[in-house]
Formats: sequence, structure tokens, C-alpha cells
Amino acid sequence: MRKASITYIDTHHTAKLANLTLTDAEHEEMQNQLDDVIGYIKKLNTVETSDIEPTAQVTGLKNVTREDTAMDACLTQDEALSGTDKKHNGLFVVDKLVDTQ
Amino acid sequence: MDTSKLTITDIINGYKENKFSVSDIVSSYLDRIEKLNSTLNAYITIDKENALKKAKELDGQEVKGSLHGVPFGIKDMFLTKGVKTTAASNVLRDYIPEYSATAVTRIEEAGGISLGKLNHDAWAHGSSGENSDFGNTLNPWNKDYVPGGSSSGSGTAVAAGLGAFATGTDTGGSIRLPASFTNTVGLKPTYGLVSRYGVIAMASSLDTIGHFTRTVQDSAKILSVTAGPDGMDSTLRQSSEKVNYESLIGKDIKGLKIGVPMEYVAEGLSNDVKETFEKSLEVLEGLGAKIVEVSLPHTEEGIAVYYVLMSSEVSSNLARYDGIRYGSDRSHFGKEAKRRIMLGTYTLSSGYYDAYYKKAMQVRTLLKEDFDKAFEKVDVLVSPVSPTQPWKFGEKISDPLAMYLSDALTVTVNLAGIPGLSVPAGFSANNLPIGIQFMGPHFSEELLFQVGHAFESETKHYERTLNL
Repeated sequence: MRKASITYIDTHHTAKLANLTLTDAEHEEMQNQLDDVIGYIKKLNTVETSDIEPTAQVTGLKNVTREDTAMDACLTQDEALSGTDKKHNGLFVVDKLVDTQ
Repeated sequence: MDTSKLTITDIINGYKENKFSVSDIVSSYLDRIEKLNSTLNAYITIDKENALKKAKELDGQEVKGSLHGVPFGIKDMFLTKGVKTTAASNVLRDYIPEYSATAVTRIEEAGGISLGKLNHDAWAHGSSGENSDFGNTLNPWNKDYVPGGSSSGSGTAVAAGLGAFATGTDTGGSIRLPASFTNTVGLKPTYGLVSRYGVIAMASSLDTIGHFTRTVQDSAKILSVTAGPDGMDSTLRQSSEKVNYESLIGKDIKGLKIGVPMEYVAEGLSNDVKETFEKSLEVLEGLGAKIVEVSLPHTEEGIAVYYVLMSSEVSSNLARYDGIRYGSDRSHFGKEAKRRIMLGTYTLSSGYYDAYYKKAMQVRTLLKEDFDKAFEKVDVLVSPVSPTQPWKFGEKISDPLAMYLSDALTVTVNLAGIPGLSVPAGFSANNLPIGIQFMGPHFSEELLFQVGHAFESETKHYERTLNL
């Protein structure tokens, strides 16, 4: 494959943000492939956009709301827990996020 | 019974005339799956028991729903209550949902009978089907060639008679591309027409829910079932009016203005695609349509805009897969998902957001305005679906950028949010299918079906026999 000439992405920092663990080989491959893609994406810089509003959605809907009442479509506790073995007293078991220090 | 020749209309008429029972039909499809799926690998999960049970329940009953007893396949991105749903990824290899997607529920309420869950590129990431963690789906027209992606199993299943129709998702071409590679009809509806409730999210500002059929009329029939708000997807157009999408089918296209975007056909097309497309324009002219050249000046930037926005939204949507509530942990993601998560995390990260995500959203505005201007001059647009006919397995898999560029003619429709209908248009010199797509303004599906049906009635490519 093509070898990208400029380095854009710090794959170690980005993998940490993305919560992905990559092997050394994956880092190397990803570096080449993503720099290649980012180099291509850079072509957007040639388009003048200073007065252009960004488009996040295309059908023009605004503030779609509903009555603040309970809906039928709600999983029971057992249904919500059915996808995992890691549960305790009807709750999901998660890794500790905050140190006690 | 040769199921590869049956349309939904044939099946419904057969029931009405007592030619066969629902069990006869469902068994015929299941037999064909049994015979061919080990080679073609279209289905990940075959739901034989349920299908036969439901068929038996409908036997002898009066035909009520518009899809009464019609067997179909479901792309494995759609949740199905009690039936394994994998997203074709090892992350969800054993996941069994507690509820079904709205599109599936509506099809089943109209009488459709699911035969099982169809293979695709994992998380719908890909243009060839080769990114599935459950192996490649083969193209039934030539097993050395890709069936197109991401809805690879859906295209192959409908082409090979392993289902009368199949559901699909289209974020950048994932329905239209495999439809054009398998000689089937693929509809990508307007953004906000069909509910995405219960369908695994890929890129939320682009995702649409559509389907594969053998004919345009069948496609319209299904959209009449799946379209409209369900109270569960707030991006849907809020109209309670029930539309009959078959209403313009059979109407001629005399005097209709059909635009050809110059930028789509100027360069980069293979000779076979170019020739097929030019012949298709002659057919449309012969039917009385007026062919007009139009310009969509920002086409060149389409892929760059798409890969920034799509990857950014993918990185956000796939952040939820942490192995806590369901599925396995993040080490189980395949290569392509990791690539897109990394790219999207980068383009959204501090210091880069304005340069990439915001910039891409601004160019998206210009792309959309291109289409708005074109539709002031013409009723619909037509172009090839893919710059080339199907390619061989392995050809592009180690070069992601080359793979991404094969979506150049499809992603713009998703960015503008307009509908696109892929219709069979012919075959290459080596007998591989080539499709064209009709594109219209937002919510103009009835018009696309009218044009597509007129073209199909004249060319009848769907009648071509597939030797398997």
C-alpha cells in the first residue's frame, strides 16, 4: 500500500481517548493507513467556507418533544440484565472508576 | 419451485389463487437456503423453526396483510426479539435482544415471515462484505467476486432466491452498492422516513433503513409498510398520513426531466459501467424522458466530508460497546471498526474539531445546496451506483482509501439526506451486474418508483437467469 508522507495522528493518544488497546503492529499499520486517509481528507481545506452554516441534519426538524409521561416500551429489570453474567443484586457490575485516595 | 424467480406479487397472487400454501413457499425458500447457504454464506442465523411455525399458522387463512406469508431475510443490524443479533461482529457474537426493531415488527405485522439474519460488513462498515467477522458472503453471479457492502448478505439472498426480499441499512451506499452488484433493486429512503428504532446505530446523521427486492413494485410495497413515525425515533417526519408508495407505478415518464450529474460521469468510470449507463440513458429517452446535463460542483469533496462525519459519529455510537451491559469488551472489535473509531476520535478530539468535523459539516451544506439547485432544473437525477463493476475478493482489502473511494457516487445522497433507488441496468462483459441509481428531492420516493418501474418494465434485467 501507499506509505503516507506526513504524520498527522498520534495513535497512542487517540487509542487512549477511544478506550482501545492496540498491539504494536496495529499501531504501525493504523499510523500508515490513517495518515493516508487524513491526508486525503485535508482536501476540504481548499473549499472556502467562512460564511457557510454547518449542516448537522437535513430535514429541518426542530425541538421534537413528547408528553413527559411513562411509555409502555420499557424493559423490565430482568430483561435489561439479560445480556450479561456480570450482575449483583439486580444491578450491573462495573469496574471501579474513582480511587479512594 | 425456483424461488429465485418469485416476486412478492407472484407469491401473494399464488396464495389468492390457491396455487400453493404458505408452508409450501416457506419450505421452498428454506430448502434453497439449506442447499446454497453453506457456499454463499448469506445467512448468519437461519430461523427455520419459527418460520415453519408461522407459515403453518397462516396456512388456509385469507390473505390480509400486504406481505402475507412472504419470506424475507433481516440484515443482522436489526434487533430481533429472542433471535441472536450480531452486527456481524465478535463483540455481539452471542447477543440476544429483548425487543425488535420497528421495521421488523411492521413487516411481521403485515404478514412477513423471517427466515433469519443476514451477513454484512461488521457494524455496516465496508463496501465489499469482507469486513464481516462471520466470513465473506459470495456474489451468486460469480463466486470469486464481492457482492458489495455493507449489506452483502441482503443482496446475495434476494438475487439467489434465499428470501423474497431483505432489509438493509444505508449510511453511505450500503444498500445501493450491493443491489447494483447483485442485479437486485435497492431502496435508500429519505432520511427521516423509516424508523431506526431497534437498528444498531452507525452514523446517526446519515443512517437510513431500506430494503432489497427483485422488482421496483415490490420495493414500493415494502416501503408502504415500513414508512412513517412510530413515536420512538424523533428524527422522523411527523406525518400520520399513510402513503401508498405504489400509486405512481405504471404511469409513463413522458416529458419528465432527468438530470445527469456531469461530475459523476466525467471520469473514473470503467468502460463497462460507462457503456451500460449510456445505454440506460437511451432507454429513458426512448420512454419519453428528457435527459439534461446538470452540475453538482462539490461532488469531488463528497468522500472527504463523508469519512469525517461518518467516522466521528461511529466513534461516538460505538463508545457504548464496553462489555458491561451486553456483548464482549472492546478488544473484540475488528480492524475496520478500530480504524473508524480511531479516525473519528481523532477528528473530534480537542484542537481538531473545527478543522475536521465543523469544516466537513460546512462543506456538507454546500453539497446539499448543489442538489437543491439541481432539483430546480430537473425532476430526478440518474447516475451509475458504482464507478466499477464488482471486484475480486482481496483486491482492495489492504488499502482502506481505495475501498473508501468506491463509495464516491453513493455517499452524496446520504449527505444531502435525499432518497436513492438502485435498479439493475445490465451486465459487464464478464457477466457481472451493473446498476444505476435514481435520486430525487426529499420524500420523492413515489416519483423514484415511477421512473424505476418504467425503466425496469422496458429492460427486464430481473428476469435474467442465475445459474447456481
